[in-house]
Amino acid sequence: MPSIVKPVATHPSLQRNALDLTIRDYEGTMSTLCAGCGHDSITAALTRALWEVATPPHMIAKLSGIGCSSKTPAYFVTGAHGLNSAHGRMPPIATGANAANRELVCIGISGDGDSLSIGLGHMCHAIRRNVRMIYVIENNGVYGLTKGQFSASADVGSKSKRGEPNRMAPIDSVMLGLSIGATFIARSFSGDKDQLVPILKAAVSHRGFALIDVISPCVTFNDHEGSTKSYLYTRRHELKATETDFVPPASEILAQIGQNGAVNVTMHDGSMVRFKGVPPNYDPTDRGKVMDYLEEHQGQGEVVTGLLYLDESVPDMHEMNKTPDIALTKIPYQKLCPGRAALDRLQDDFR
Amino acid sequence: MNATDVNNPNYFHKVVDCQWACPAHTNVPEYIRLIAQGRYTDAYMLNRESNVFPAILGRTCDRPCEPACRRGRVDGKPVAICRLKRVAADLRDDITDRLPKIPSKKNGKRIACIGAGPASLTVANDLMPLGYEVVMFEKYDRPGGLMRTNIPAFRLPERVLMDEINQILDMGVEIRYNSDITSMKALLAQGFEAIFVGTGAPRGKELDIPGRHDTDRIHIGIDWLESIAFGHTDSVGEKVLIIGVGNTAMDCCRSSCRLGGKDIKVMARRPRGFFKASPWELEDAEEEGVEILINYAPVRFVIENGKLIGMDFERLEWDAQAKKSKTLETVFLPANDVILAIGQENSFPWIERDIGIEFDKWNMPVVDEKTMQCSREGIFFGGDAAWGPKNIIWAAEHGHQAAISINNYCQSIPITERLPQGTNLISQKMGISEWSYHNDYNPSKRQKMQHVDLTRRFQQMNIEVELGFSAEQTASEALRCMNCDVQTVFKAPLCIECDACIDICPVQCLTITRNGEEDDLRQRLSAPAINLTQDLYVSADLPQTARIMAKDEDLCVHCGLCAERCPTAAWDMQKFELLISYAGRPYAGSPLVPSHA
Repeated sequence: MPSIVKPVATHPSLQRNALDLTIRDYEGTMSTLCAGCGHDSITAALTRALWEVATPPHMIAKLSGIGCSSKTPAYFVTGAHGLNSAHGRMPPIATGANAANRELVCIGISGDGDSLSIGLGHMCHAIRRNVRMIYVIENNGVYGLTKGQFSASADVGSKSKRGEPNRMAPIDSVMLGLSIGATFIARSFSGDKDQLVPILKAAVSHRGFALIDVISPCVTFNDHEGSTKSYLYTRRHELKATETDFVPPASEILAQIGQNGAVNVTMHDGSMVRFKGVPPNYDPTDRGKVMDYLEEHQGQGEVVTGLLYLDESVPDMHEMNKTPDIALTKIPYQKLCPGRAALDRLQDDFR
Repeated sequence: MNATDVNNPNYFHKVVDCQWACPAHTNVPEYIRLIAQGRYTDAYMLNRESNVFPAILGRTCDRPCEPACRRGRVDGKPVAICRLKRVAADLRDDITDRLPKIPSKKNGKRIACIGAGPASLTVANDLMPLGYEVVMFEKYDRPGGLMRTNIPAFRLPERVLMDEINQILDMGVEIRYNSDITSMKALLAQGFEAIFVGTGAPRGKELDIPGRHDTDRIHIGIDWLESIAFGHTDSVGEKVLIIGVGNTAMDCCRSSCRLGGKDIKVMARRPRGFFKASPWELEDAEEEGVEILINYAPVRFVIENGKLIGMDFERLEWDAQAKKSKTLETVFLPANDVILAIGQENSFPWIERDIGIEFDKWNMPVVDEKTMQCSREGIFFGGDAAWGPKNIIWAAEHGHQAAISINNYCQSIPITERLPQGTNLISQKMGISEWSYHNDYNPSKRQKMQHVDLTRRFQQMNIEVELGFSAEQTASEALRCMNCDVQTVFKAPLCIECDACIDICPVQCLTITRNGEEDDLRQRLSAPAINLTQDLYVSADLPQTARIMAKDEDLCVHCGLCAERCPTAAWDMQKFELLISYAGRPYAGSPLVPSHA
C-alpha cells in the first residue's frame, strides 16, 4: 500500500474536458493492489477514457464482484455510484441498475475468476439480454487473491509459478461472447493504453453489452517465464488485428482512411468508430469472418487484440422490453407502481 | 537522445534547482530537512560549509535560490529558503568546538587580504585552518565591509554581523583597522606570499544634471547608508526623494523612514516589472509607507536661494518592452533631501597601472573567472571588487575559489588545477513503501514573515524588522520543500513496462515512448513542459519493447510514488549529495559512497 495519497500538485498545463473537469477529478482512492499490477493500468485507461468523453461522474455506476479485479472500481471516479456485489453476481446487479436507470453509464469490472467460473452463467445471460454496459474482464489467468491458482482462462501448457503446467482447456471470453451474441467484443492489453483508451471510449457509446477482455498480467503470481499471461509473453505474441479511433458525435473526420480495408461504424448516439486498419478479408461486422480469423491466429498462439467485433443493430434490453425512453427512476412513483387496484385490474384481464 | 549519464555530477545537481542556482551551491534540501528535525546546529554547520555566513545571509541574501525553487513552478510560491536558514542560525547551539581547528604551527606563508568584507573573510576562513597567516587590511575601525556599511541595522543587527565575523577573526586573523591601502606597489613590497583584493564596489554612481553640486542635501546612496551605519548621519528632511529602484534604494527609503522622513518617494524611470530591487524588498518598503512612482526621469535639481526645494522630472510613457519612451510632461516634486541610488561601481585609484595588473576598457582589472587571479601572478580578486556589484553569496563563492587558487599557488600547484566535484547517490528506501525522507507533499501556502509593528520599528534605527519564523511556521515551511535532492534513479534493464509509475505520477512527468531527438521527444511527453530549462532524463532502451523511459525533470515533486509502484525496483529514490572541494579539502566533509550499491 502506498505510503501517501497521490499529491494534490498538478501539472500547470493540465487540461479540462467539456465539463471543465481535469483528469484528476476522475481518479479514485489509492490502489492497494500489488505494485505493477496490470489492473492499475486498466484503471488509468478507464480514468482517461471517461475523462475524455466527459461522462459526468454522477452518471456513472461502477459494479463489481469479488477478486483483485473487483477492488478496482474504488480506484477510479470517486464521484460515481458503486456497488461491490457477491462473487460472480455483478452481471445481475448491473442488469438491475441499468433496468432502473438506463441513463447511467454502467461499468462492470470483473476478472477471469469472477466471470469465467462462478459468474459465468450470469455473464452469459447479461450478454444475451444485451444489457447496455461496459463489461471489463481483467484477465490474468490466475486467482491472485488466493495465491495464484489457475483460473478458467489459463491456457493449456501455461506454467504456474511453481512450474506446473495447466492441463484444462481455457474458456475464451471473446469466442464465448461471439457464440452467444455479444454485440461489442474487444481484447486488449493493460500495457497498451493507446489501444485500450479508444476501445473504452467506443464502449461508452455502444448501444448494448460491450465485452472487453483485457490481458492484465499478475506481477506477483503470473509474470514468470512459462506463463502465457505475462507482460513479456503478451508483448511477444500480441497480434493487433484492428486499430480503431473513436470519433465523438459532431466531430469531423479529417484523417485519411487507411489502405487495408478500413471500415466506419456509426454508433447509436451519432459518434463513430473508425477502424483505421484491419487485415485483408477481415470484417469487424461479420461474426463468421471474425471467428475464422480468431480460430486461425489464436491456434498459432497469437494473442489477437483490438476491437474485434461490433454490431450496432441489435436492440438492447430496454428496447427489447419496450420500456419507456426515460429512466424508470424518473417516472413518478404513482405511475410506476400504480397500486393494488391497478394490479387487480390487470390480473382480471388474464382470468 | 542518448541515455542520460547520471554519473555526471551536473545532471542531478541541476535537478536541485535551489542548489544549482546558489553561487555557493549550498545543500538547501538537506539543511531544510535538518531544520524540520530540529537539528538547527547541524543545519547551521551545513550552511556554513558553503556560504560561511548563514545568519547574515538568512537575513540579507539576494536569494537566487528562491526564484529557481521548483515549488514556485508547482504552486506559484517558492519555499522560504532564506528565512528557514535564519531559523537554523537563530536557534543553533554553541558551535565553537565544531569550527575548524587552527594549527598552532603555521606553514610560513603570509597572505594579505584587502578589505574585511565577506570575500576576504571567506578567504581567511578557508586558509586559516590550513596553517596560513592572514593579514587583513580594513579601511574603517570595524570589520564587515559592505555588509556593515550598506545594509541597515534594521535588516541586519550588529550582534548577528559580529558573531559570524568573529568566528573567522578568532581563528587568528591579524586584522589591521584604519589601514586604507593607498598603493598596491607598497603592499607588494611587504613580501606577502599572495594578495587578495576584496575591496568591494565602493563608489556610488553620480547623476550629473543641473543643480547637482549646488547644495549639500543631495546624497550618494551607499555613502549615505555608510554614514548612518557609523553614526555620522542621524536625521533627514521630511520630504525625501530616492532616485533609482534597486535594493540600495530600498535600504535608503526605509532608512529615511527611521530618520524623520515623512513623505518618501522612490522615483523609478521605468514601470514595475523592470525594477532591479528584489520583490520582497519592494514589498517591505511599501509596507512602511514608501511611495514608488513609476515613469519619472530626473531632469534637474531645483535650488532656490542656495537651498534644495525639489526636483523636476519628465513623466514618460513607455512601450510594452520599456525600451522606447516619449515624454508626456515635466513635473516638479518638492524635496528636502535627495538620495541617489542608481548603482555603484568599482574604483581602483590605489592600484598602480605599471605593476603588471591589466585593466580593461572599463577600467576594471582583468580577472580569470575560474581562478580569480588577475594578470599578475599571486594577486587575486573577489567579491564586488572582481566584476562589479553582485551580492554577499557571490562574494563567499569568490572567496572559496580564490582560497583554492591561493593554496595551490603557495604549494606550487598550477592554479588552473581545480578539484572536481563528486557525488553520492544513496538509496532512501527503508522498506516497502517506506522512505527515509518525508515524501508527502505539503499543500500549505508559503509562510509570511511576521514584522515588528510600524510605530515600534520607526523608533530606532536598529530594531530588527523581521521577527523570524515561529516554530509552527518553521514546521510548515520546511515541509513545503519537495526534497529535490532525493532523485528518481532509473535502471532500464529492470523495467517490465507495466506503466505503474506513469499512471501514479501526480504531475505526469513520466512517459514510455520510442526514442527521438529532444524537440520531437518533448512533444510526445505525457504533459509537455512549459519550462524548458530542466532536462529530460532518458533511459537506455527498455528490454521488452526497446522504447525508452523519459522523465521530464521540470515538475517532479519527489513523492517517490513511482518507486513505490514499481514492481521491480527499476525506479529508486536516491539522495544526491554534491561533494564540493574547498581549499586543502577535496570533497569536503563527506565520505564517498558508491552509487548503485
